[in-house]
Amino acid sequence: MSRLDIKTPIQAQAVVDQLYQNVERRIAASPPGLCPIDMALNFLNLCHAQTCGKCVPCRIGLGQLSEMLQEVLDGEANMRILHRIQVTAQTIVDTADCAIGINAAQLVLMGLKSFQDDYEEHILHHRCLGSLKNPVPCVALCPAGVDIPGYIALVREGRYDDAVRLIRKDNPLPASCAYICEHPCEARCRRNMVDDPINIRALKRFAVDHTENVPQPECAKSTGKKIAVIGGGPGGLSAAYYLTLMGHKVTIYESRKQLGGMMRYGIPDYRLPREKLDEEIDSILTLGIQTRTGVEIGKDITFDELKRSYDCLYLSIGAHTDKKTGIPGEDSQGVVSAVELLRHIGDGEKPDFSGQNIVVIGGGNVAMDVTRSAIRLGARKVSCVYRRRQEDMTAQQDEVEGAIAEGAEVLTLEAPIRIEADQEGHVAALWTQPQIIGEVDAQGRPRPNTAEVPEKRIPADLVIVAIGQGIETHGFEQTGIKIQRRGTMLADSSTRVPDMEGVFAGGDCVTGPATVIRAIAAGKVAAANIDEYLGFHHEIKADVQVPAPKFYDLKPRGRVDTKERDAFERKSDFDCIECGLSLEETQQESSRCLRCDHFGYGIFKGGRVEKW
Amino acid sequence: MVNATIDGRPISVEEGTTILQAANDIGIGIPHLCFLKEINEIAACRICVVEVEGTDRLIPSCNNAVLEGMVIHTNSPRVRQARRTNLRLILSQHDSNCTTCIRNGNCALQKLSGYLNIHYQPYKVNPERSHVDLDVPVVREASKCIKCMRCVQICDKIQTMKIWDVSGTGSRTTVDVSFNRQLRDTDCTYCGQCVTHCPTGALTARDDTNRVFHALADPEITTIVQVAPAVRVAWAEAFNLSPDYATTGRMVAALRQVGFDYIFDTNFAADLTIMEEGSEFLERFTHRNRYRWPMFTSCCPGWVRFLKSQFPAYTENLSTAKSPQQMFGAIAKSYFAEKKGIDPSKLFVVSIMPCTSKKAECELPTMKDAAGDPDVDVVLTTREFTRLLRSDHVVPFDLKEESFDSPLGSGSGAAVIFGATGGVMDAALRSAYYLVAGKNPNPDAFKAVRGDKAWKEANFTIPGAGEVKVAVVSGLGNTRKLMEAVDKGQVDYDFVEVMACPGGCAGGGGQPIHNEQEMAAERGELLWKLDANSKIRFSHENPDITVLYREYLGKPLWKKSHTLLHTDHSAWQVPSQKSHSEA
Repeated sequence: MSRLDIKTPIQAQAVVDQLYQNVERRIAASPPGLCPIDMALNFLNLCHAQTCGKCVPCRIGLGQLSEMLQEVLDGEANMRILHRIQVTAQTIVDTADCAIGINAAQLVLMGLKSFQDDYEEHILHHRCLGSLKNPVPCVALCPAGVDIPGYIALVREGRYDDAVRLIRKDNPLPASCAYICEHPCEARCRRNMVDDPINIRALKRFAVDHTENVPQPECAKSTGKKIAVIGGGPGGLSAAYYLTLMGHKVTIYESRKQLGGMMRYGIPDYRLPREKLDEEIDSILTLGIQTRTGVEIGKDITFDELKRSYDCLYLSIGAHTDKKTGIPGEDSQGVVSAVELLRHIGDGEKPDFSGQNIVVIGGGNVAMDVTRSAIRLGARKVSCVYRRRQEDMTAQQDEVEGAIAEGAEVLTLEAPIRIEADQEGHVAALWTQPQIIGEVDAQGRPRPNTAEVPEKRIPADLVIVAIGQGIETHGFEQTGIKIQRRGTMLADSSTRVPDMEGVFAGGDCVTGPATVIRAIAAGKVAAANIDEYLGFHHEIKADVQVPAPKFYDLKPRGRVDTKERDAFERKSDFDCIECGLSLEETQQESSRCLRCDHFGYGIFKGGRVEKW
Repeated sequence: MVNATIDGRPISVEEGTTILQAANDIGIGIPHLCFLKEINEIAACRICVVEVEGTDRLIPSCNNAVLEGMVIHTNSPRVRQARRTNLRLILSQHDSNCTTCIRNGNCALQKLSGYLNIHYQPYKVNPERSHVDLDVPVVREASKCIKCMRCVQICDKIQTMKIWDVSGTGSRTTVDVSFNRQLRDTDCTYCGQCVTHCPTGALTARDDTNRVFHALADPEITTIVQVAPAVRVAWAEAFNLSPDYATTGRMVAALRQVGFDYIFDTNFAADLTIMEEGSEFLERFTHRNRYRWPMFTSCCPGWVRFLKSQFPAYTENLSTAKSPQQMFGAIAKSYFAEKKGIDPSKLFVVSIMPCTSKKAECELPTMKDAAGDPDVDVVLTTREFTRLLRSDHVVPFDLKEESFDSPLGSGSGAAVIFGATGGVMDAALRSAYYLVAGKNPNPDAFKAVRGDKAWKEANFTIPGAGEVKVAVVSGLGNTRKLMEAVDKGQVDYDFVEVMACPGGCAGGGGQPIHNEQEMAAERGELLWKLDANSKIRFSHENPDITVLYREYLGKPLWKKSHTLLHTDHSAWQVPSQKSHSEA
């Protein structure tokens, strides 16, 4: 018997470790709509299996909680059980000795509150409120509901034009999205259960990069109705596109020089090449949409004039104003907003930052966009200052890593406190207060607190503020549109503006800054509801036959990731960073699709929405 | 063409042919359970799996096409093991008390378990708990449901009522009324198509046979039974009698043996319906401006419920004539009771119908006699009729043919075709022609409305009245299409016959169940034959009808007819109307 042994994992433990990984993957691939109590029960059972067994509340209590949840689900409980569950879980929280019991019981307590309706439905009516509305995870997660398995199957067969046509049924901007969509579709891809999600966006990009001028469908017979779309970003373009297809006459009013909204004035060229964006917008305009650029509402034309001249209005003005930090010195020369900088770049007016030290304040995608643009504009050094940790940044992590690879400094846990100016009033430095990460807030993000460390001076020739955008409500205050506390416009989930006849609104101006695909989805919803409002029931469909699924095997196979150009090379130009997949990669990646539109529930219900 | 082999036999089939179909075509019957051709091809039960060489996993044969070069095995050890295991899993959630199940002896699951030699069950058996509601004609017992989803599909795709849906998630996924409702709160038409397509006893029509036995046993009560047209061509299917032998006369003899005091024919009431509805049509047709068009038949209660909930604005387009079943009840408890000097409250009227919705129709508040009792006391489906005979150990084969009783037991050829799609229209046109032209048309002049096409259109000229544009439709999905076309003004009809069940009453929800087999066309043919062979082929020539008008009613649409034989379809509400008026 040796006194000490080197820890070597035994075979069983290795398998269990793999099981844990599978559990993680499995949970990642949970389709929306499952019964929360059922999921809570099964999670509770997992927790119970982790108990060491020493303490009563955890060893026995978690089991009793599980029994009670089971009773609820089996329709054998009465309402009194809710109190018993509450008391038991609270006792476990209060008396268990370690996190294994405490945390498990806390989750049950949270569930009692947040899915009380589900509990009551099970107890009183022996029924469940959960249901699989859309069983295809990628389609369910895509805000616009694009037929993803459909176009992946088309890409697999080399039918790229048809893939574009099928995407356009739900999203008129396939090329733009192929480059910049945040691809929420991939999050719960069922392939997660096997290996990794399909690289959906890369497959879409292969399709759009291998087609040229796919003709747009015919528009329906003219209805004689006139609609004004205010704001020519992705949402406005989408609404205009579908409304025109439906036979309505649409005019887009855009305050900037060009159409595209944040796709042009927010997203830099190196992510979305300008020629791709221009081609796509031109293609949409071939339908016969009128455009009036450089027109500001409230200045060049009033809202009421528009209301009088059109049968319906769609407001999709986005969120293009900057937010201020409110710290002293912000009005110094050389302090600019990210929105302003990106707007200039969007119109092709690129400043020269040669030799400058630039500090960017913020941790979102826009902060990364300006950081990386500043590098490309010749800055000597770009520092991105953020008051929380890198993993707390709202920017996509690959954006952050991309910026770092290109030489950006990411200074985390530094809260900006004032901007120091020189005698001419020009910015000289940003002063920050180092932070220590603290307790988690209600949204689940840890809060930064002042660290017991002295302030820090970061020399700067230019400070770019990228802490979020607001909505330009000027010109709309007197119209009767309700402006919410956060500066957003009030509209319901059908995009209707309450108490206003024929006025609809959606996208960033209603939700606050979000994503291109969410704006597109809002435009689609608006088109459908405006059409109904005007007394029509036009249907949008694609005359594309989706290939029948082939048998698949479930052998785990690596996901083909998208490659990027060398950081060293790409950081000095605005050319596209991301490389497209090769044909070989495309064929392999598209063959990984599990075709949830057919296999599983898809063949029964909700597998394919042919028209809307 | 695609070449492959199944169990070593080379096949060559058209591209797109499923493995199940291809195998069946060469006499290899692959066991299957949830599959319903073109309606439910979702491969949920995984019984029909086969092994294809070169694939890792077994594949369902019902919805996978034969591909070039496939080598298919339908009985490999893996396949045998898998389908038996899957069947045992299904049985582990099924209440297998076959002895007390309505579908005992006619259950796809029972049959398959027998065929696959399932004689012991290694799994713990834990059927879903049932909450049974006997206040509605369609009854669901969750403990017998195998979640094949056929009911959901039939209701969605064929009848378009979307009453059933998947409910719950995960391991507790089941079938239930859509949107977490109770069946009684929905616009269910009670057509019963979900029942006749259920492979097990999960969906049944409420069994009311005991109420009939109670009445038969009560010496104070006079029992009357009426038999609907479509029943006579289906009643003996369960006894395996050939259609030639399963005659109406033998059916009457069987009912006599069960002990009914009077055995009458709904055909009599169908002739009466033609007199009233035909006259009503002519009245409307000759006073076009007073009425909304088209006029709709009203004999199918599933259709009436459908119209009232789905297209309520058209309720007044329905003929006010009651259905034959209800006309019969009303005449039985008035004219017949008076004639025989029987207190109507001591009369018990039983209907034998191919229909489940008739059970709801006889309970309507508008279908009562002068004393407030229902005109028809109990409706039995054709299947319950079979059970009635079986429980009294009647052997139809041994019976000599007998005749219906008089005076409500006679019917013309025009009446018997009420059971087939197009029959009501055909019969109505025959008598309408006579009523206007004063002479009979050729009884086969209106052939264009016959046949099992789902939606038929025809124009006929009736001398003295002009051209009549008619349409005939069956199945509620087809009906919805027709109604939408009517509503959009895309079609223009004067008179439309609608039957809720595909193929009409012959394919009714109360008819004998043959798994995966649609019987409407076959039974309909027999009805048209009965018509062709009838001595009397016009409703207005039924002598008992003539007597009834002479002795009692006067003329069609007169006051007495109005009171007894017509109804106000707006005097009761379907659930969706109720919830609207409450809100």
